[in-house]
Amino acid sequence: MSSSPAVKLIAFFGSPYAHRAEAALCLKGVPYELLLEDLLRTKSDLLLQHNPVHKKVPVLLHGDRTVCESLVIAEYVDEAFDGPPLLPTDPYDRAVARFWADFIENKLTKPFFMAHWVEGEAREGFEKEGLELLALLEAQLKGNKFFGGDRPGYLDIAASMLGPWRSVVEEVTGVTVAKEEEHPSLCQWARDYSSNEALRPCIPDRDRLLAYFTKNKEMYRAGVRAMLQQ
Amino acid sequence: MEKTPENASQAAPLKLFGSWASSYTHRVQLALRLKGLEFEYAEEDLGSKSNELLRHNPVYKKVPVLVHGGRALPESVIILQYLDDAWPETRPLLPADAFDRALARFWCHFADDKLGPAVGAVFASMGEDQEAAVRQVHENLALIEAELRDGAFKGRRFFGGDEVGLLDVVLGCGSYWLAVFEEVTGVRLVDADAFPLFHAWLRDFEALDEVRETIPAVDRLLEYARGVRHMLLGLAGAGAAAASAAAAAPAEAPAAPAPAPAADIAVDI
Repeated sequence: MSSSPAVKLIAFFGSPYAHRAEAALCLKGVPYELLLEDLLRTKSDLLLQHNPVHKKVPVLLHGDRTVCESLVIAEYVDEAFDGPPLLPTDPYDRAVARFWADFIENKLTKPFFMAHWVEGEAREGFEKEGLELLALLEAQLKGNKFFGGDRPGYLDIAASMLGPWRSVVEEVTGVTVAKEEEHPSLCQWARDYSSNEALRPCIPDRDRLLAYFTKNKEMYRAGVRAMLQQ
Repeated sequence: MEKTPENASQAAPLKLFGSWASSYTHRVQLALRLKGLEFEYAEEDLGSKSNELLRHNPVYKKVPVLVHGGRALPESVIILQYLDDAWPETRPLLPADAFDRALARFWCHFADDKLGPAVGAVFASMGEDQEAAVRQVHENLALIEAELRDGAFKGRRFFGGDEVGLLDVVLGCGSYWLAVFEEVTGVRLVDADAFPLFHAWLRDFEALDEVRETIPAVDRLLEYARGVRHMLLGLAGAGAAAASAAAAAPAEAPAAPAPAPAADIAVDI
């Protein structure tokens, strides 16, 4: 388990997926160098070379190894480096954490965020679905501060979009789906996640994130409209 | 030897809820056989799911679900990793090295998120739409072929090395549908000349005893596939979008017009 080869992360500011990879490194205590892509320019040769399949961030470079996909990176970081465990040790608890991470990825994220961006009648359906699914996830907190227990872990990393990004999207769209009164646990979790000491280096500056989403607002709305027409 | 909690739970009974034509179910059956684990099997009628299944998988209401000592595990790839975590000393499915594990996981996602839906789209479409879907399948297979030829899996007989591992189980339990779909649609998907290494891998995979024990007889699969294609093309007449959505999202909730059994397992790979 050598951590001596250099660790670099190809990311871009504002990407919740890149954040997951950074969060894993921060929580594990692994030093790394951030290589920020500039979205306005075309994707760098480095990125295209190291993620030819998907051409996306994040990409973790560890010595001569390349790891792609945020949740795959999170598990890799957990297994390749010494440090506090990100996944639980019990086999069943590990399966539960993976299940809910997969749920966030493949089931919850799209309708939940669509409910903020979509306008008009279509919004209602996404909101209803998003709230039903959110309730299932929220129940997994089970009275703990984090999904991982006392401190954030793999599932918190997977859910990170529901923290800093949700808050900014609510402000930019003027739509709040997860209301404080109805989802106190999740809202408190989001505050605890954003203010966690170990995560401080990788939590995006809120003003900067807000500016980023505000600037790209019309692009997101257009993308959402196009998706609905398919 | 002292009975650690791990050993005690290893002794607890295993029960698998599945469906005979579901490649996701086959993944778990194959993994259990490879690990030499005994299990009870319950065939589910996907048109009329048992209360037991719904209780064990309330979120997705799907097969496969593995119940171990009363605790339920859904989602095939999660189940496979659980088997390795719970029986670490028995015939591991994942490699030991963290980077190799990351590669296996990455390509499992590729199989389920890209290749599977692309093959499903071929099966659910006709004409120009199908041609586009076939091109997508070929692009995806080309990526895998490249990894076998000079990438992550270069020189290996199986993705797991000398023996099959997680990725072989995931890709393999589904790839047998390729030949079935080729027969039913008349479309060539895996050309031995275009994808020689993938073709050779699949042949070696299907020759394994545990695999032959798990995959249903080809004439049953053909009959089943013909029925589903007939139904999907009937839907395509009514609304192409619904059919290709049902086909392209096998892991998601069934599209309204498709009966539950077909949408659950019809075009999974």
